[in-house]
Amino acid sequence: MPHEHHDHPHSLLPPEPELRVKALETILVEKGLVDPEALQLIIDTYQHKIGPQIGARLVARAWADARFKDRLLNDTDTVLAEAELAGRQGEHVVVVENTADTHNLVVCTLCSCYPWPLLGIPPGWYKSDNYRRRAVREPRAVLAEFGLTLPETTRIRVWDSTAEIRYLVLPQCPEQAINLSEDELAQWVTRDSMIGAGLPICPADSTMQKEG
Amino acid sequence: MARVKLPLSAAGRGHDMGGQPGGPVPIDPQGQPVFAQNWQARALAVTVAAGGLGKWTLDESRHARERLPSEDYMAYGYYEKWMAGLATLLVEHGLVTMDELRSGQVAADGAQGVEQDDPVPPTAAQVRAALARGGPSRRPDRTPPRYACGQKVQVLSPDSAARQPGGHTRLPAYAAHQTGVIISHHGSHVLPDSNAHGLGENPEHLYGVCFYANDLWPEQVGSKDEVCLDLWESYLVAVDA
Repeated sequence: MPHEHHDHPHSLLPPEPELRVKALETILVEKGLVDPEALQLIIDTYQHKIGPQIGARLVARAWADARFKDRLLNDTDTVLAEAELAGRQGEHVVVVENTADTHNLVVCTLCSCYPWPLLGIPPGWYKSDNYRRRAVREPRAVLAEFGLTLPETTRIRVWDSTAEIRYLVLPQCPEQAINLSEDELAQWVTRDSMIGAGLPICPADSTMQKEG
Repeated sequence: MARVKLPLSAAGRGHDMGGQPGGPVPIDPQGQPVFAQNWQARALAVTVAAGGLGKWTLDESRHARERLPSEDYMAYGYYEKWMAGLATLLVEHGLVTMDELRSGQVAADGAQGVEQDDPVPPTAAQVRAALARGGPSRRPDRTPPRYACGQKVQVLSPDSAARQPGGHTRLPAYAAHQTGVIISHHGSHVLPDSNAHGLGENPEHLYGVCFYANDLWPEQVGSKDEVCLDLWESYLVAVDA
């Protein structure tokens, strides 16, 4: 191992990730640099309060209310500010609409940028090396591996989040769901459908999928 | 404690992986716990809370992760990168010493309240407000935008865009030298290439730029798929129609 490796601060921490976090947390708390109550607040916020159900409500409302959909697409930051959804990692949001001709897919090839206030903390695979490598280059093959085979006539638009603009996909409302209430519609909207990695799913089917 | 900037020697662009060959994406079923393991939640919390000290910017913290030794960058999981980047930032900003990291013990004179300019950690209420407020990167325009929608532009290389040799940039290598079309204008935003190095925000106009997949990727001949990126004005040069 090259000598310079030992000069990196992180190489001084314990090898196991769990102990590494513990060591950092202990030092920061003991030095009075971090408030333990603030740590708990952050964990509670992202573990229990902010998640994809928030984005799903917006999508369902856009499906049910054409005027809201128009505002969500064209005046996004105002809509999100009014709903108090413009927090950390969602300060500047662009909503892109899937249509009969175009399917949108979101990735961040340089790191891990997704709209936290609408989707929650993204799962590990959104930030995985292989998704970052392949989504921009072979989106059709990647989507097919996810079980979503798009017709050749559908244009795929991949959005690589290279700046502080965060992208949310507005999926198409499935035909079977068109006349449902907003509450019912929200049940069809999956987290992955809001980055274009999947389509909305009938709630009965998604329950079966989870149990299966 | 004095601020020490660690050497950039290990900096690479290993994080800039868009378009490289890769294997299966490790997709998980939806509805799983947000954090697969408890330490991941704590890693996120410690990183966000320490960021709340206001000693570094998001751009600087991204750069701290990017300049991990490449073998570590590739071997580490997501939150392991965060912790390693945090360790770097804490040492570089003089908040924690190498000895403290090594021993796990706070130095006798290391507790807060010793120096007048010691940072004060945000309280839970302040963190709650900060998360809800976020940190917008948009700034007032200093100049009129150089490009309008529909303008054809060519992209520089990451090396020529970065303000510092080997420094941070948000220009992915796969877009270098490619020609695309401006499809949106996001206003002026903080320039990461400058801000990550403490050289000021230097806001610039930020544009959505759309590329044809068959221009970017040789095997995508005949494809009508597109790839859109957000790129700062200084990453681009005009191409005459």
